[in-house]
Amino acid sequence: MNEQEYYVPSGTYWPIIGSIGIATLFVGFANQMHGASWGASIMLLGFSILVFMMFGWFGQVVNESTSGMYNSRVDRSFRWGMSWFIFSEVMFFAAFFGVLFYARQLSVPWLGGSGNNLFTPDLWNGFNSTWKQIAFSTPGLILQSGTAISVPRQLVDAWGLPALNTALLLLSGVTLTFAHHTLRNGDRNKVIGWLVATIVLGVLFLGFQITEYGHAYHDGLKLTSGIYGSTFYMLTGFHGFHVTVGVIMLTVILYRVQKGHFSADNHFGFEGVAWYWHFVDVVWLGLFIFVYWL
Amino acid sequence: MTTITAYTSHHSPEKGLMRWIKTTNHKDIGSLYLWFAFIMLLVGGAMAMVIRMELFQPGMQLINPQFFNQMTTMHGLIMVFGAIMPAFVGLGNWLIPMMIGAPDMALPRMNNWSFWILPFAGGILLSTFFMEGGAPAFGWTFYAPLSTTFAPDSTDFFIFAVHLLGFSSIMGAINIVATVVNMRALEMKLMDMPLFVWTWLITSFLLIGAMPVLAGAVTMMLTDRNFGTAFFDAAGGGDPVMFQHIFWFFGHPEVYIMILPAFGVISHVIPTFARKPLFGYSSMVYATASIAFLSYIVWAHHMFLTGMPVAGELYFMYATMLIAVPTGVKVFNWISTMWRGSMTFETPMLWAISFVFLFTIGGFSGVMVGIAPADIQYHDTYFVVAHFHYVLVTGALWSIIAATFYWLPKWTGKMYNETLAQVHFWWAVISVNVLFFPQHFLGLAGMPRRIPDYSLQFADFNMISSIGGFAFGTSFILFTYIVIDCIRNGKPADARPWEGAKGLEWTLEPKAQYHSFNKPPTRELIKQESQNS
Repeated sequence: MNEQEYYVPSGTYWPIIGSIGIATLFVGFANQMHGASWGASIMLLGFSILVFMMFGWFGQVVNESTSGMYNSRVDRSFRWGMSWFIFSEVMFFAAFFGVLFYARQLSVPWLGGSGNNLFTPDLWNGFNSTWKQIAFSTPGLILQSGTAISVPRQLVDAWGLPALNTALLLLSGVTLTFAHHTLRNGDRNKVIGWLVATIVLGVLFLGFQITEYGHAYHDGLKLTSGIYGSTFYMLTGFHGFHVTVGVIMLTVILYRVQKGHFSADNHFGFEGVAWYWHFVDVVWLGLFIFVYWL
Repeated sequence: MTTITAYTSHHSPEKGLMRWIKTTNHKDIGSLYLWFAFIMLLVGGAMAMVIRMELFQPGMQLINPQFFNQMTTMHGLIMVFGAIMPAFVGLGNWLIPMMIGAPDMALPRMNNWSFWILPFAGGILLSTFFMEGGAPAFGWTFYAPLSTTFAPDSTDFFIFAVHLLGFSSIMGAINIVATVVNMRALEMKLMDMPLFVWTWLITSFLLIGAMPVLAGAVTMMLTDRNFGTAFFDAAGGGDPVMFQHIFWFFGHPEVYIMILPAFGVISHVIPTFARKPLFGYSSMVYATASIAFLSYIVWAHHMFLTGMPVAGELYFMYATMLIAVPTGVKVFNWISTMWRGSMTFETPMLWAISFVFLFTIGGFSGVMVGIAPADIQYHDTYFVVAHFHYVLVTGALWSIIAATFYWLPKWTGKMYNETLAQVHFWWAVISVNVLFFPQHFLGLAGMPRRIPDYSLQFADFNMISSIGGFAFGTSFILFTYIVIDCIRNGKPADARPWEGAKGLEWTLEPKAQYHSFNKPPTRELIKQESQNS
């Protein structure tokens, strides 16, 4: 097809299947949280429907792409779509970073008696308003949800595994860029090498992150450790989820490179995943600085 | 490389139900959105009728306080997320490709998904009524700890419904950005774009920026409720007021999400029936962008009574006052457009002119509640209820109805019944003022919102308000009849049914063809149909 035309796909079942899948997943999840024995099975069913939908939908897009239905204008639509999707993800993480800054700079110091002294240090006997150590010295405190606050015995050391993970992720950004350059030079074997290196680095990151979670949890830093534990696990958890998705996407891209789907000047699938990976990388830098280090 | 046309295997719709489930066509999807929004308007409207029935007289009459709270909560949520927002996305779907000379939306399959998530989200939200403990009853703003510690189990379903609505809105917005930027006829410069397209483009950025923050807020609610986190719990170092900051960081852009496309619609209708070019096209564009920018930095004016530092109150007050400037630019531009125009008063124009009057009343009461010291009296009273119903009903909803009558001939190829439509207009515009205007007085006298019973001194105005409410509610029966009558029995309409109408959509066939522009418009045509002249 020529550049004057824009491919408008004909009718499709995939979106309605996706809606059924995601609604099933959420309804299952909510029932699971409310103690229904069948909740987990429904969740699994919803998740399977979603996976089925993604294979089908993305498979169709890949087929259309390889059979040449997409011209540069369709390509541009994908670029705009992916960039603004990543921006929406940035705003999602921004909400949690906002919480972290607010708690650290405002609510925790207030509870410790700073500012207008609405709260006195005697509010809770021995309440510790030092960031990260919030609630360290107040065992037995009960949250409104009814769970007791878990008191960590030790802080996560930023210059141990987290620093190593920072290096791994930054390096993975470099290897992915090498993969992109070799792809543009049309050297498929080298692309595969650099991509495999990127995936290995991503998996290593995830492995270390799980180890790190194990240590932290063992030392008593849990979701129930007050606001630091909440922001710690929420931010690193969602980040880890995004890295997992990124690794899966990179693996799909590796498969597609092997199948020869990408040419030197037409490989948006690769670039979209690379953008996503760099985004995950940048979020980690924010995490390393504000969650682990400072 | 100067043209784009649709390359597709289908040029006409499929038959039956599957057409609507499988469709990738911007007009089909636009219709689905509009019908969904209309049904939700009736559902949310029925809840408003229950509220007004209970408030008809002092004392507890029909329902218990818990159910009353469920009604106010779900009425707000359904009107905002189920009626107004989907209606604007529907209008955007229908109109944007026609207005920019494109064959369809940029990402048609995703367009289908943006819509088809909505019925599931709405279904989950409405299903909470049938759960133990009832539907959410904490108000549409779902402040913690009401929505975390003290909320019914159904709140978790509500949270997931909000997640789904967010996915839908974000995908819809991304699609509109890609469409406006990439599908526009290549000869159409940015400053040739019709204002509805401009306002929707800017609204999309508000959606993409604000909806993920809402998703973050409800996610934290979910973990606070179920996994022992302490985001909004002071016992663990969190802060319930922080919930309000996050919520309103979403919530304030949200109110502009619901009004910017309305500004776009009015900027089309008024020039048409004044038979004059829009006054101050570029200032309209810049005003829209300024409002969008300001909307991100004023959120805490919803929170003047939370105990903010005085410096914070002053900043948020002055920043809020600034919004009156670009909004005033718009209102004066509409008035200047009508000045010495050769005006006629067909139904869309009646709705548009009453929009200018009534939205401006809502805008002024907005300035009043934005003044921090005065807000101490207004906060959480019926004055606030009157304010946001003037901007949302006689603002957002009014523009949607204006748009419906204005573009109905293009959608159906047929003309609605002008006499009945004008009867409907006067019926609605009188009753809506009987409904909402007395609520200003109630609020100033101190009647709190979200309360099922009230002191005797509020009785008269409440009864007047309820009578207006019932009249306004029944006006939608007539509206439904007019629209269906137009679709079924309307007289054939001209391609350009309004004498003074400008815009590429009027160059299409009377009932716009399935794929809008298969041959892109020429530069001369774009110039000739441009609002910026």
